[in-house]
Amino acid sequence: MGSNSLHVLKGIDFTVAEGEMVSIMGSSGSGKSTLLNILGMLDEADSGSYTLDNTIIKNLNEKVAARYRNKFLGFIFQSFNLINYKTAVDNVAMPLYYQGVKRNIRMEKAMHYLEKVGLADWAEHHPNELSGGQKQRVAIARALASDPKVLLADEPTGALDSKTSYEVMELIQGINDEGKTILIVTHEDDIAHMTKRIVNLKDGIIIDDSVVTQVRAKSALHV
Amino acid sequence: MFNIERWQEIFETIRKNKLRTFLTGLSVASGIFILVVLLAIGQGMENGIGKQFEDDATNRISVWTGVTSESFKGLNAGRRIEMDNRDFELAEKKNIDQLEYKSGVYSIWGGLTSYKGESGSYRIEGVRGDYQFLENETLTSGRFINQSDLDNFEKVTVLGQRVFLDLFKGKQATGEYVEISGIKFKVVGVYTDPGGEREETRLFIPLTTAQRVYNAGDKLRSMAFSLEKQDNFEDAMAASVAFSAQLEADLKQKHIIAPTDKRAVQINNSLENAKRFYDLIWMIRAFFWGVGICTIIAGVVGVSNIMLIIVKERTKEIGIRKAIGAQPISIIGMILHESIFVTAIAGFGGLITSLFLLEMVGPLIESEYLLNPSVDFGVAITTVIILIVAGALAGFFPARRAANIKPIVALRDE
Repeated sequence: MGSNSLHVLKGIDFTVAEGEMVSIMGSSGSGKSTLLNILGMLDEADSGSYTLDNTIIKNLNEKVAARYRNKFLGFIFQSFNLINYKTAVDNVAMPLYYQGVKRNIRMEKAMHYLEKVGLADWAEHHPNELSGGQKQRVAIARALASDPKVLLADEPTGALDSKTSYEVMELIQGINDEGKTILIVTHEDDIAHMTKRIVNLKDGIIIDDSVVTQVRAKSALHV
Repeated sequence: MFNIERWQEIFETIRKNKLRTFLTGLSVASGIFILVVLLAIGQGMENGIGKQFEDDATNRISVWTGVTSESFKGLNAGRRIEMDNRDFELAEKKNIDQLEYKSGVYSIWGGLTSYKGESGSYRIEGVRGDYQFLENETLTSGRFINQSDLDNFEKVTVLGQRVFLDLFKGKQATGEYVEISGIKFKVVGVYTDPGGEREETRLFIPLTTAQRVYNAGDKLRSMAFSLEKQDNFEDAMAASVAFSAQLEADLKQKHIIAPTDKRAVQINNSLENAKRFYDLIWMIRAFFWGVGICTIIAGVVGVSNIMLIIVKERTKEIGIRKAIGAQPISIIGMILHESIFVTAIAGFGGLITSLFLLEMVGPLIESEYLLNPSVDFGVAITTVIILIVAGALAGFFPARRAANIKPIVALRDE
């Protein structure tokens, strides 16, 4: 904000195909979070174009952006961003509320996704009664609830220890196996290698973009 | 408004944020409560003071005489002035067109009155028939003094309600004989006075009879007049003041009193008192409304303040909601819907509590200056609605600002 503008991204050109699992790496200040925010329509690029599922995302007002976010995208944040006064199942059901889904169907779907992340027994618990890993799994269930095209994860393991990180990554890999496109911002090498492609950013430009052999989190867990 | 999903969402939010909701509600409820109680007290004072003025006709002019305080034309100060029938006749003749009711009065304090072993000491007033209207008396049975009583020096009396209860214990009184100062009088009526007990411990007898029984010749203790009704208050006021001045001047000239003497002749003009009363009522009303409006403003500021805090506190939540697809309008709607709901419930809660309190405590208040405190229900409802609308407006702007913050900014908020 203000008059001192800083150009964080200086020309990014890349394409992600459906079903890919891409990690965006880079040191802090490299612009990786900004890129993700633009992809997530939480922020807007000064220039350039962005096409998501054959829809050109441009000049969005808040209303349209909200609709696109709800329809296309699921977010996973480093700090989970759950609503503290709502139970796990209510948190998961929220995107569905904004889609206008009826309450009983909403709850049924939310329970289904909680089961998927292995937290069905914790449905009526509030976020402050859950561990970090559990919170992140609730957040993943929430991101999946609206059945988005793309999952965007900003340092999803940043606040977790390595064992829990691998558990969360295992879950994310499983979701990718089912065909969801996933983008992960991380600065951890081991996490990046659990994806199928690594895009390296430095000072706002892509310095490296390579396909890697995916390390399965499950095997990493038993090392 | 009738979206059940929205209501569920709001009830959930309220349930999870009890303290916040309670504080908002408390500030609204107490604002309304204080306002209603204040307005009711104002109304009560109005009623109470109004009652003090009800005992006589509102356009009554009373004249009584005392002791001169200044020497005049060779006559010493300290001379007792006494009016007589001629003064009354003069005043009557001079103003025959504009007088509505008129009566000379000869009264004695503490006339021993008895009936079959029950007795008491009451004020005895010899009056003319018009006096009923000058004193604003209502007869509960029988009749008042009439012209024939005066012409024939009849020994008849009209009892005050209190006297009637004391002596007759609720039995039939008209037609019975009571003894006043040792002389038998026939009871012809019983009256009540809006002035209450003080005004009902009197007995009226014909003026002519009183002057004869108490050896007063043609002396009068006082005179009372009322003027014909005028179309508006200003005219009535002007006529009344002019009449009073004329009467005072005439009496002073006739009885050789200094024009500046304030004690020898005293004239009490009810209309002037009424004007003072209305001014006072107006001031009381203005004061309580002033305080009340300030209370409402304080309430509105309180609600706005809490709305600001709520929006601030929920900035991150709003960011999360937006990130998962909430539209700005739904964010504004959610915040306003909740605040209007809480304000409305609390406002009506405060209203009902205060009305309940007035209903319970109001009748127990026994004070001359506070009578039957009550509040206009329409005014109270209007105030609640004003508070709700003001609260909603005050909440709208921060809510809209919050709804328009980019989710990325809101999410960064810790």
